[in-house]
Amino acid sequence: MNRWGRLWHRAQIEEQLEKEVRFHMEQRAADLIAGGLDPTQARRQARLDLGGAEQVKERCRDARGTRWLEDLWQDVNYTLRTLRKNLGFSVVALVTLGLGTGATTAMFTVIDGVLLKPLAYPDPEKLVTIHTQTQQEGDNWGFSYPDFRDCSRETRSLKAVGGWTYGGGTLSAPGPSEYLEARQISAELFAVLGVRLAAGRAFLSEEDRPGAAPVAIISYGLWQRRYGGAAAAVGMPLQFDGKSYTVVGVAPAGFELEGEADVFTPLGQNSEVRMRNRGARFIHIVARLREGATPAAARADMEVIGRRLARQYPKSNEGLGMTAQPLRQEMVEDVRSTLWLLLGAVTLVLLIACVNVASLLLSRAVSREREFAMRVALGASRSRLIRQCLVESGVLSFCGGAFGVVLAAVGVHPFVAFWPDSLPRAGEVHLDWRVLVFAAAVSISCGILFGLAPALRTPEASLEQPLRSGGRTVARESHRWHTGFVVCEIGLAVVLLVSAGMLGKTLLRLSSLDPGVNVHGVVTARVAFSPAALTSPERIRAAWQDFLDQTRRVPGVEAVALADIIPMREGENELPYWATPTPPPLNEAPLALASSATPDYLKVMGIPLIAGRFFDERDRLGSAPVIVIDERMARDAFGRANAVGRRISIPAMAPAPILVVGVVGHVRHWGLAADDQSRVRDQCYYPLAQVPDGLVRFFSSVMSVAIRTDIAPLTTVQELQQELWRSTGDATLYEIRTMGQLVSASLDRHRFLLTLLGIFAGLALVLACVGIYGVLAYLTGQRVPEIGVRMALGATPGSVIQLVLRQSLEMVLGGVIAGSLAALAAAQVLEHSVDGMRRPDPATFVLMISILVAAALFASFLPARRASRIDPVAALRQE
Amino acid sequence: MATAKSDLPQGTLDLLILKVIALGPLHGYAIAQRLQQISRDVVQVPQGSLYPALHRLENRGYLAADWSETATGREAKFYRLTRKGRAQLETEAASWERLTGAVGLILKMSGGEAK
Repeated sequence: MNRWGRLWHRAQIEEQLEKEVRFHMEQRAADLIAGGLDPTQARRQARLDLGGAEQVKERCRDARGTRWLEDLWQDVNYTLRTLRKNLGFSVVALVTLGLGTGATTAMFTVIDGVLLKPLAYPDPEKLVTIHTQTQQEGDNWGFSYPDFRDCSRETRSLKAVGGWTYGGGTLSAPGPSEYLEARQISAELFAVLGVRLAAGRAFLSEEDRPGAAPVAIISYGLWQRRYGGAAAAVGMPLQFDGKSYTVVGVAPAGFELEGEADVFTPLGQNSEVRMRNRGARFIHIVARLREGATPAAARADMEVIGRRLARQYPKSNEGLGMTAQPLRQEMVEDVRSTLWLLLGAVTLVLLIACVNVASLLLSRAVSREREFAMRVALGASRSRLIRQCLVESGVLSFCGGAFGVVLAAVGVHPFVAFWPDSLPRAGEVHLDWRVLVFAAAVSISCGILFGLAPALRTPEASLEQPLRSGGRTVARESHRWHTGFVVCEIGLAVVLLVSAGMLGKTLLRLSSLDPGVNVHGVVTARVAFSPAALTSPERIRAAWQDFLDQTRRVPGVEAVALADIIPMREGENELPYWATPTPPPLNEAPLALASSATPDYLKVMGIPLIAGRFFDERDRLGSAPVIVIDERMARDAFGRANAVGRRISIPAMAPAPILVVGVVGHVRHWGLAADDQSRVRDQCYYPLAQVPDGLVRFFSSVMSVAIRTDIAPLTTVQELQQELWRSTGDATLYEIRTMGQLVSASLDRHRFLLTLLGIFAGLALVLACVGIYGVLAYLTGQRVPEIGVRMALGATPGSVIQLVLRQSLEMVLGGVIAGSLAALAAAQVLEHSVDGMRRPDPATFVLMISILVAAALFASFLPARRASRIDPVAALRQE
Repeated sequence: MATAKSDLPQGTLDLLILKVIALGPLHGYAIAQRLQQISRDVVQVPQGSLYPALHRLENRGYLAADWSETATGREAKFYRLTRKGRAQLETEAASWERLTGAVGLILKMSGGEAK
């Protein structure tokens, strides 16, 4: 029988031991009787010879070596019994711990799924992205199509390179018309990712060329929706964006390229001008490393190719660097800091929970001083008592941890759904063994953390003192521990409260900022024109005009405009410009955010006109190109607000310098929070009517409408949509948002963070107050005789209250000082990871700390008042 | 009872137990009696130490135990030597002989010098 077996068969072993010892004594007695002793004497002699049956049995148990297991078993049982008996204590401790570990485990589950787990592709660590970077635009830019082709031909570190870009259009058959997200992908893309198609095949390289037969791959969802998941869908026609495609494959379920898309078309078939323009960098790249190559090797490789291309094509590529980084890093770059920030915050909550439970346990341990002393007197070793304390905290932390895992399992999905926008890799967030290991590790460290203090103060040899003192004067040493606990709790709570306060203040400040547009009554939507109307430049321009006229006729519409870019929504067009007679080197030219719009744009958006005029019907194709700039660009380019009549060179728009006809107010295009930090803040507008013929097809595909109405904006849009379907059949509005929604969405991340940090800070406040209350109630309980003496000597209830509050205030102040220092450090972290965050101001500190001190004093007031009502006679009689 | 009895040197009890049991399975009481008889009552085997020693040896795998009937028809726990126990007995016996031999030599030598 091995050790574990023995543990389980304890009862049987005990019985056998008893039998064996009894057999020995009876045999001995029988022998002695045979030798002439009388039976009573014989039995006595037998007992004496053996030296006490119980002692022998005890030594046998020791000799068996399963002693520690049996003791552990006993300790666990004992702990469970005591926990059941002190139900109030157990519930408070378990809930506190459960909340702490639950929140931490849930955060870790998200971090594990999003940041730590390898990507769900075969050989994921071999996947990299490659970017271009310039001094003025920064990192993480896409490739132009010619550069992409050159790179994939010349690379020596990459096995295969796949490129893709966004797309979209109206699906008109099979089934009803619908706008669909699409991606244009190069033939290699699926192979690079290592993704197997659900049906059919990926694109062939001969299909990835201009003029090849139009083929498409559809998403799993679309396959189910429009083709009923039939295998015969492969080979069927698909009417998309005015062209007829043949379906050749079905992407696997859940396949995403920066968001879901329903239609994939070959990138190489795209015949737009920008596909041949080395300056148009809109291709995203995913590549797979060659066997044995590292991301660092890929980076070096890309740098070499980038330099060569810059030499060969200085006009477009001068100063253009190329670099590589692991794909996973790039996918989650955006949320990394937020996630770690939140994990940091929940860890603080967890620490407070631990400290709380530690002080509860310590109070209990101190009141059990006599019990422990008694056990030492009866022969228990110190290590045995320490072990029992650790078992108690271990049982607590295990149960708390189990409760926490349940909470995390329930809470993690609502949390992910609550994430603003969408969390990248959200589908990979699961509670799995990694999370369980984490939760176990957290629980064990918590158990050690809060079990240590009571364990370390178990009595040593000097046991007569607690026994004699009746457990009343031992509070001295535990006082230090308790003070330490309160200081920790208050300190941690200060960090969380100040962080939440800073975030709240930032959010207040940001939401009071002027977005630069009048958001009331404005609604925007992307427009997918009827593919049938997009055949020639003239027809396209006519379709734009028809659309505007049609919209104006909808009841409630005050003004309507078309624009390629809408503030605070995705989409941007950044162009280098200069106002000096001689052009600066291309990579040093400042950038401006350029939007093209129809004349009523200013009126719809309510952007103030500062000088000159906005465009009107006279600015059309063939007339002199004109531009309107914002006040910031006017200052940057000309050093003053009024720039009307001056000229600006924007080579991407027109070969000759362009006349500035007006100056308008600045719009917070990048969102209320991010605009101040954005790289490109100059803005300019140019007439949609002056877009050259070659680009109108492209502009149609990125076109949005902005409408100002005096009735509910969303009803207006609905009516417009109905009208469009009646007249054109398949023109569609999508991504319909009011300007108010867009402005508010630009602060979603902040609001989300504030909500969570606010919850954590509130939790910390409550826990800290409960902690202070407990500690003070305990400490004053220890001082009852002292307070009795004071009162007998004439202390008033008021002075007793003061006495207790002073004690609490000392601890709280210690915590506030420690916490403030830590909060300054936390503020640095916040400043770096949250847009629009400013250095912490004293007002926030003072406000949040006052809240905390007030709450702490309130929590201490209850024990103080109880102390002031002590009856001195009764208290003295206790002595 | 008053004649001189020696206490067992540290660690020899295990060796003696192994040796006694090597002759055949025995129960605890029989082992105690056998030790007493063989040592001609010179060696005092503390009965209280016998059982912990048996359990320790069993735990280490030197002894195995079965419950079976004694000659008088009572159930008792009989210990017998395992293969591992036999090996252990040989090692310990050898090392005991080396030790006593060496101690004896030293005693003789120091006795010679005293003359």
